[in-house]
Amino acid sequence: MKILILGAGQVGSTVAESLVGEANDITVVDSDGDKLRQLQDRLDLRTLTGNAAHPSTLEQAGIADTDMLLAVTQSDEVNLVACKLAASLYNTPTRIARIRATEYLERQEVFGTANFCVDFSICPEQILTEYIVKLIEFPEALQVLEFAGGKASLVAVRAFGGGPLVGKPLSFLRTHMPQVETRVAAIFRKDGPIIPEGNTVVEEGDEIFFIAATDNIRSVLREMRRMDKPAKRVMIVGGGNIGRRLAKALEHDYQVKLIEYNKKSCEKLAGELARTLVLHGDGTDEKLMQQEHVDQVDVFCALTNDDENNIMSALLAKQGGAGKVIALINRSAYVSLLQGGKIDIVLSPAHVTIGSLLAYVRQGDVAAVHSLRRGAAEALELVAHGDRQSSRVVGRRVGEVDLPKGATIGAIVRGNQVVMGHHDTLIEAEDHVIVFVTNKQMVKKVEKLFQVSIGFF
Amino acid sequence: MGRTLTVIHALGLMLVVFSAAYLMPVATALIYADYAMLLDFLLAMVWTFFIGFTMWLLTRRYKGELTIRHGYLLVVGMWTAMPAFATIPLLLMIPNLSFTDAYFETMSGMTTTGATVLTGLDDLPPAINVWRHELELLGGLGIIVLAVAVLPLLGIGGRQLFKAETPGPMKESALTPRIADTARNLWAVYLGMTLVCIGALKWAGMDWLDAVCHAFSAMGLGGFSTHDASIGYFDSPLIEFVLIVFMLLAVVNFATHFLAWRSKSLRMYLRDPEAIASLGLILGSCAGIAFFLWWNGVYPEFATALRHASFNLVSIATSSGYASVDYAQWPIFAPLWMMFLTAIAASSGSTGGGIKMMRTLVLVKQAGREFLKLLHPAVINPMKIGGHVVPNNIVFAVLGFIFLYFMTIVTFTFVLLISGMDFITAFTAVLASINNCGPGLGSVGPSSNYAGLNDFQTWVCTIAMLIGRLEVFTVLILFTPHFWRR
Repeated sequence: MKILILGAGQVGSTVAESLVGEANDITVVDSDGDKLRQLQDRLDLRTLTGNAAHPSTLEQAGIADTDMLLAVTQSDEVNLVACKLAASLYNTPTRIARIRATEYLERQEVFGTANFCVDFSICPEQILTEYIVKLIEFPEALQVLEFAGGKASLVAVRAFGGGPLVGKPLSFLRTHMPQVETRVAAIFRKDGPIIPEGNTVVEEGDEIFFIAATDNIRSVLREMRRMDKPAKRVMIVGGGNIGRRLAKALEHDYQVKLIEYNKKSCEKLAGELARTLVLHGDGTDEKLMQQEHVDQVDVFCALTNDDENNIMSALLAKQGGAGKVIALINRSAYVSLLQGGKIDIVLSPAHVTIGSLLAYVRQGDVAAVHSLRRGAAEALELVAHGDRQSSRVVGRRVGEVDLPKGATIGAIVRGNQVVMGHHDTLIEAEDHVIVFVTNKQMVKKVEKLFQVSIGFF
Repeated sequence: MGRTLTVIHALGLMLVVFSAAYLMPVATALIYADYAMLLDFLLAMVWTFFIGFTMWLLTRRYKGELTIRHGYLLVVGMWTAMPAFATIPLLLMIPNLSFTDAYFETMSGMTTTGATVLTGLDDLPPAINVWRHELELLGGLGIIVLAVAVLPLLGIGGRQLFKAETPGPMKESALTPRIADTARNLWAVYLGMTLVCIGALKWAGMDWLDAVCHAFSAMGLGGFSTHDASIGYFDSPLIEFVLIVFMLLAVVNFATHFLAWRSKSLRMYLRDPEAIASLGLILGSCAGIAFFLWWNGVYPEFATALRHASFNLVSIATSSGYASVDYAQWPIFAPLWMMFLTAIAASSGSTGGGIKMMRTLVLVKQAGREFLKLLHPAVINPMKIGGHVVPNNIVFAVLGFIFLYFMTIVTFTFVLLISGMDFITAFTAVLASINNCGPGLGSVGPSSNYAGLNDFQTWVCTIAMLIGRLEVFTVLILFTPHFWRR
């Protein structure tokens, strides 16, 4: 597929990296030549320096025969204009824009064919915020990912002493809580994946991925580890795009304190947020943290745009007695370095948000993609179409589907119902099938499997 | 000197316009075929017109834009000159009425205070009663606002004048792009409501004269009545109820009324934090005071207690000043609480007096901010009212206003004490005057009036009314050395 990416920032370069690996022709446009040069040194793609909203730039970038336009520059307006131009001048089939301003997002007609012709809009900050909100809602989990509009969830949790399941085989789950349907999709032990079988024994320190109906998450978590009290007090460092959104999303259910370095931003934030306590100060100032009782804080989030500051303030908070600390880290080298250290959760914005973009790029009817374990594994939500003749999935039992090794069917969402993917479960047309892929190389094969053969159309 | 003459030029023109206000009592005199009255009012009209016209004519070389400082001079000039001219018919009609008392009466009308020095109201000619009540209607929303609405002459200075007269701490939000349009719309809403009020009062059992007069004084939150016994004369729960409704309407910002009318939605009232706070406080107090009176055995039945508590409390809290019973006889907590409400309950941009609910909210929130700042020294918490940030300079302006307001009360109370008044009378007379409420307690209570004051005391109360109506700064600024320094 020929893909044109506008903007070589965080989002643009991560998505480029991810798509290059999947054998696409990528062209990246940005006004900053240095960024492009760095990108080209690393990846096999074409770059072009210029204004992404100018027709001449788009033409040079080869928009005429592009299959998909990803407008992910810093500016909402440039993205909108680029999509409009692509639609009306060059008939580009798929146009995706990154839109951050709620002003636009609240009025979906802005994106319609009569206006800016945006097929899909994504807002990385919003995705990240929702992701963190889930983590605060379930403080025991490492990751909570939703499928099928929130009906089913994939949860990652580290097994700890105190959980009834620890030290026992997985089949124990069924006997211990027969009323709750859940399925363990994968276990990572010492960074290697284990394909879970009924007799696999869970050890302390295992990273377990399980799928359950969203309502049942808490009871399954209880099996894996000792539960903490639900979070009440949240402290956020950094009042940028993410910190602000997070405070807004949390302030009615939690006691939120937000520390921001810039006084002007503080005043703006305090005007905008209704119940959050906005504090002016440095997120790495341990005196300020003590004064604001960091030891009483249940969840601490370091969300500035400076990796080093986030690391330091998260470490200070942990030292000062904060319950769970989350740090936002952009550099992927840091992410692997810090995982499993003192900081409970290290978030890479690129990895959290890439999935929502990938869902549009993938072939077949992919409803959602979540990137797991820093991009090494992936969970996909695929829609099964066709019938027993035209599809290789529909009308077959889960055990019969010819999945590549390392991929498992976790659950099936049928209408409002969540069915666990047991060997004898029959897959019907229009089912949303959640597939867990431990190795990214398998993704292509899985997608092929769900494609309907030509005869269907 | 040239600028001062510009002020006189504008003042002259306004007096010419003001002379049109005599048309209403003239018409009344015609209807009642009272030709002596007719002559008096025509005379007053001609004099006002003639003096205004002369002032305008002689200074026409100085016609020009007003500066901010002369805007204040014009507003205060208007507010002192108009009551002075308005006394003419009173002086002509009522023998033995001193200018001091007549000026008190007209000032009380224009500032919508509603305190009176006249007795035998029931026997006054209808034209005089209409005139007294018309002054309350004109003064209610503001004569400058009216002048801006009908006279395009004020030009850019108009907005400045408008601000100097309209009560409340924040006057930046314009309803329409042009100030004259804003003024016209506000007056349209105000007069529309007054017409509805006249109809409702007629329906509730008043005759036309009473209905018109009481509608004027209710919408202006003035409190004049055509009867010595005030509303107690009618002894009708229905009339009391109608008046309560319209007083509560008039205590809300007329800009909110306008927005609600334009958008045809009651949601605008919910978006006005002042309206919610004012109405909540007043209605809550009604229930509380009713219970208090019933509990203390003032009224054996709760329903009676509720009726009298509601009417008198709403009347005093909204700064109208009607009375249906002698509430000064109630246990002292109740009337004092009512006097307290009158100081804070009215919304900015309404026709009520006092410091306005907006300033009360600012003060309460400022106190909360100080507490939070002590607990969290690093906190940044701008003041927010109704979800909007109130800039610090407005907070400071409010604090300054409150200081001046209290100092004025204290000073005037001392002055009255020096003149030989007892404390409760002196204190409540100043409160009732500066808050444009009307009756106080003691010898200026609801069962008596201000006739017993000597000339000096009457002047003190007159000045307090003017200071209260123009919200302290506008008047006192004329007495600062900076104002007169070039």
